[in-house]
Amino acid sequence: MFSPSDLFEIPFGDWIDAGVKDWLVPNFRPLFRSMQVPISWVLDGLDAFLNAMPMLLFAAILTLIAWRTAGRGVAIFTALALVFLDLIGVWSQTMTTLAMIVTAVFFCALIGIPLGILGARNDRFMSVLRPILDIMQTIPPFVYLVPIVMLFGVGTVPGVIATIIFALPPIIRLTNLGIRGVRSDLVEAAYAFGSTPRQVLWEVQFPLALRTIMAGLNQTLMMALSMAVIAALIGAGGLGLTVNTGLGRLDVGTAMEGGVGIVILAIILDRITQSFAERKSVKTPSLLATFKSYFSPAGRTASAPADKPAPSAR
Amino acid sequence: MATKVTAKNIYKIFGDDTDPAFELLKNGRSKAEILAETSHTVGVNDASFDVAEGEIFVVMGLSGSGKSTLVRMINGLIAPTRGEILIDGTDVASCPAETLRQVRREKVAMVFQHFALFPHKTVVDNVAYGLKVKGMAVAERREKALAALAQVGLDTYADSYPDELSGGMQQRVGLARGLAAEPEILLMDEPFSALDPLIRRDMQEELLVLQRTLKKTIIFITHDLNEALILGDKIAIMKDGRFVQVGTAQEIVGSPADDYVAAFTQDIDRSRVFSVDSIAMDPAPIELGSDTIGDALARMEDLGRDALFATENGSVTGIATYRALAAASRRNKNEDIRTVLRRDFETIAADAELHALYEKSTTGLPVGVVDAEGTLVGVVEPQAIFAQLVRGESEAAAAADKRVTPA
Repeated sequence: MFSPSDLFEIPFGDWIDAGVKDWLVPNFRPLFRSMQVPISWVLDGLDAFLNAMPMLLFAAILTLIAWRTAGRGVAIFTALALVFLDLIGVWSQTMTTLAMIVTAVFFCALIGIPLGILGARNDRFMSVLRPILDIMQTIPPFVYLVPIVMLFGVGTVPGVIATIIFALPPIIRLTNLGIRGVRSDLVEAAYAFGSTPRQVLWEVQFPLALRTIMAGLNQTLMMALSMAVIAALIGAGGLGLTVNTGLGRLDVGTAMEGGVGIVILAIILDRITQSFAERKSVKTPSLLATFKSYFSPAGRTASAPADKPAPSAR
Repeated sequence: MATKVTAKNIYKIFGDDTDPAFELLKNGRSKAEILAETSHTVGVNDASFDVAEGEIFVVMGLSGSGKSTLVRMINGLIAPTRGEILIDGTDVASCPAETLRQVRREKVAMVFQHFALFPHKTVVDNVAYGLKVKGMAVAERREKALAALAQVGLDTYADSYPDELSGGMQQRVGLARGLAAEPEILLMDEPFSALDPLIRRDMQEELLVLQRTLKKTIIFITHDLNEALILGDKIAIMKDGRFVQVGTAQEIVGSPADDYVAAFTQDIDRSRVFSVDSIAMDPAPIELGSDTIGDALARMEDLGRDALFATENGSVTGIATYRALAAASRRNKNEDIRTVLRRDFETIAADAELHALYEKSTTGLPVGVVDAEGTLVGVVEPQAIFAQLVRGESEAAAAADKRVTPA
């Protein structure tokens, strides 16, 4: 049976290979190297800080945050789970993974929220961005591990960079969605009173989109955690390395210790960040207060409406 | 009065390439034909108007008539395709963005159909929004916002959030937000349409009360002709982006420009549109002291009236019926008219609305129309009230008949 490849074949793989090895790496390696400086700065600082902190102190702080944002149940779970991680001997790896995840999410937010806002305000920009996001979300991470190693080398920082690429799309998409989803008559009203586009963004659009953006942050965080094991393939440490070590030695126990650590970290971080997205962020007078409200006890906010006569259901 | 807002031949065509559609429109093609041919929607078609300072200009039309587009062109939220809109001589259709922002901050405020209050801001912060974007200091703008809230009676709710208030209260906040920046022009885009009928009525009255002291230039959009007639000093009826008729309430209801307008006026309570002087007749009073019974009877027969008011030195003293005068004249031709005068007459101001006459005409006697000094300037026969109420009914019914009969 005839097929087009009988006539000729496209050496697609060779082209990509040559493009990366002969053009991208020799010409841009220093540029990419310099790009990893801020990441490694944040990561190293965070890693050193978390690993230097006494285990009990950190567990107490995280439990407190969980209690104030997500309620008593999550706080109890957090305390017990963190003690368990210490008892099975993966505390230090957990802190390294946490440092990687927080760094990755920090840079995702730093890049993703402005891109999402830009996309919401400019249809043409979004139409360019959307296919790129589609590629980022569907391409298997293993495909870009090799070029990352070539450009950035091996280690935890390249692992974080791979994680950023993998976890970036949700925060961009949901920021875009959140800003676009702000009621058009509110935006119109803001303009009608003489706001500049910047004032419309910061006074109306961003505060009202914040819940959706927080949902995006939660998604990004979960995706970053799921990259922990893959990032370990290119030399990142932490729980992912524990899993890979167990895998290499066919040591089910060691792999499971790392796996349980990732799962527990995921549950704690998910519950805390989800409470950000679920919080009634609309009832706050300013952006600062919105952020502040995330750190007021969940119990107090829940009982607050009782002080006033309940508004009639509408 | 000075003209505050002027629109000169403004057009709005929605779409990417408006020129072909504009040419078709110029050639007299209809909105539907242009949509079919160029897939461009005509929003506003050659609207021109002037709004004087302190006037309430009401634009009335059904949904899709272009009235919301029209009002958004006045503060530049939508740019017109052709034409200019002058606010105190500044053309908002062509001025740079910064000038437009200044106009919005200083001169024109807007009240929205669904209130458009910011849910994440307190009531007072909502009201102060216009002042905040101007860059006013916190304490000063709060003070001004509280003053604006006090005008609409909601200063005690300053620190509540909008979703804790009822619909009527939310729109009062919307109105206060419009008033806070002390604009000269207030654009109101169907502000009361989303409210219950009773609350709507209250809000209309409240707006009129406020307007008596504020004297803003108001451009008010509505789909309810009754509302337009209650509020409007001048009313424009819009259909398919075009002004069908512009006039006062009495002009619109009294002489509708075409069948379309007539169809709207059919359901209108005409007794609240027309004033007493529209049906008042020459009083032809009996002058006590100079007119005799014979004179009075002769005049009644001439005019075909059953009763006439009697005045003495210009002031009304009573009313004489034909029957009483005739009986008196049979007894004694020279009897003093005063002995047969009825004192239970009713009077009414010339600018009162017709419905105020209902109770006063239950005796069946004519009602005296008096001016501010109490001088008799006319009379209203009870049957004239019904004649005026019925006139519109028959015209509107005729128009409705014409519409159902195929041309």
